Amino acid sequence: MIITSAQYTRDPNDTENVGISFVLEGETYQIVLGAVGNRHYNEIMRQVAAGELTIADAD
Amino acid sequence: MSKAAELAALIGSGQAQGNKNFVINGDMQCWQRATAATAASNTYSTVDRWALSESTDGAYTSERSTDTPTGTGYSLKLQVTTADTSIAAAQYSYILHEIEAQNLQSLQYGTSSAKTLTLSFWVKSNKTGTYTIVIVKRDSTAYFIPVEYTISSANTWEKKEITITPTAGSTSLITASAGAIANDNGHGIQLGFGLAWGSNYHGTSNTWSASTHYGTSNQVNWMDSTSNNFYLSQVQLEIGDVATPFEHRSFGDELLRCQRYYYQASGANIAYATLYSDSHKMYSIFHPVKMRAIPTATVTGDTGTEYNSYESHYQAYISATSNQSKNLDTLFFDAEL
Repeated sequence: MIITSAQYTRDPNDTENVGISFVLEGETYQIVLGAVGNRHYNEIMRQVAAGELTIADAD
Repeated sequence: MSKAAELAALIGSGQAQGNKNFVINGDMQCWQRATAATAASNTYSTVDRWALSESTDGAYTSERSTDTPTGTGYSLKLQVTTADTSIAAAQYSYILHEIEAQNLQSLQYGTSSAKTLTLSFWVKSNKTGTYTIVIVKRDSTAYFIPVEYTISSANTWEKKEITITPTAGSTSLITASAGAIANDNGHGIQLGFGLAWGSNYHGTSNTWSASTHYGTSNQVNWMDSTSNNFYLSQVQLEIGDVATPFEHRSFGDELLRCQRYYYQASGANIAYATLYSDSHKMYSIFHPVKMRAIPTATVTGDTGTEYNSYESHYQAYISATSNQSKNLDTLFFDAEL
């Protein structure tokens, strides 16, 4: 699973991170934080733990 | 044994009842993503609930076919498009079906009462010879059992029946505690149909193993010619030591089962955002069925930022004034295993 970038997204009031926008094989997806069991979320967390991926701060 | 006694025994065994088939979309009814030939790319690309795995130097496509065994509308057709005549040790091609763990509790794996499974399916290929199926008990500790079968006649539909006991190969892996499948929404069992297996994955037919034995050395190299095709339909995995007739489900029933793992919808303005605050509007889209996990979302149109989504619904906010219209055109939600 080739995830080339990931970035946190914020709530409407811009007070906290609520999700991750990521690019998987050229296509952009979103997943909310805490989506344990979702294969993309699990893979992002695995790659982050392995130091293979960094989630950028929200804009 | 009288017919009545046979029937009573079947009912008592848990066999021959409704919802007996652990496989979803075993008769290839549902094709939400695509029906035309699409290159296999180690993910779900055409038929629902079946992933197409390919790691050789060759390539193949999958597509919907009306060439079927009697009593079925569609089959899954695979066609080699780039041949690989020599499979390296770490290379493989196979198609796979993931079964959710909580749907498998009746198997009683991890106990001395673990049940025997029977797999039945119809298959057709121009390339005859020995093939393998594999059952992978994925949860927690992974155990593998490849089982050989033979396609005897070229270009002819053949029904295959394979029984897999929990102690196959005189093993006790499945009946020991590490053989258990958790009662949750994670991986339970993976059912695979081998097309080519490198030597790293070769094991003994009909023997459980803790090693990654997905196939055997007798498996044909189906990838060796662009003439090769492979058709599959009416796949059924059930408890018991005999194959019962295929359980036909309605299209609507099968589609809802598939949509627990993936669904898509499209159409101009399929979803409108409603007022959320002075500066934002919110999309709230309820899924057709509670999804296996919070799905990954891809949408097009006036896309927003996903917020507070759950297994039951998707939400996203977008900057908008009260008199601005915001809408989405396509929706893709993925909670596949």
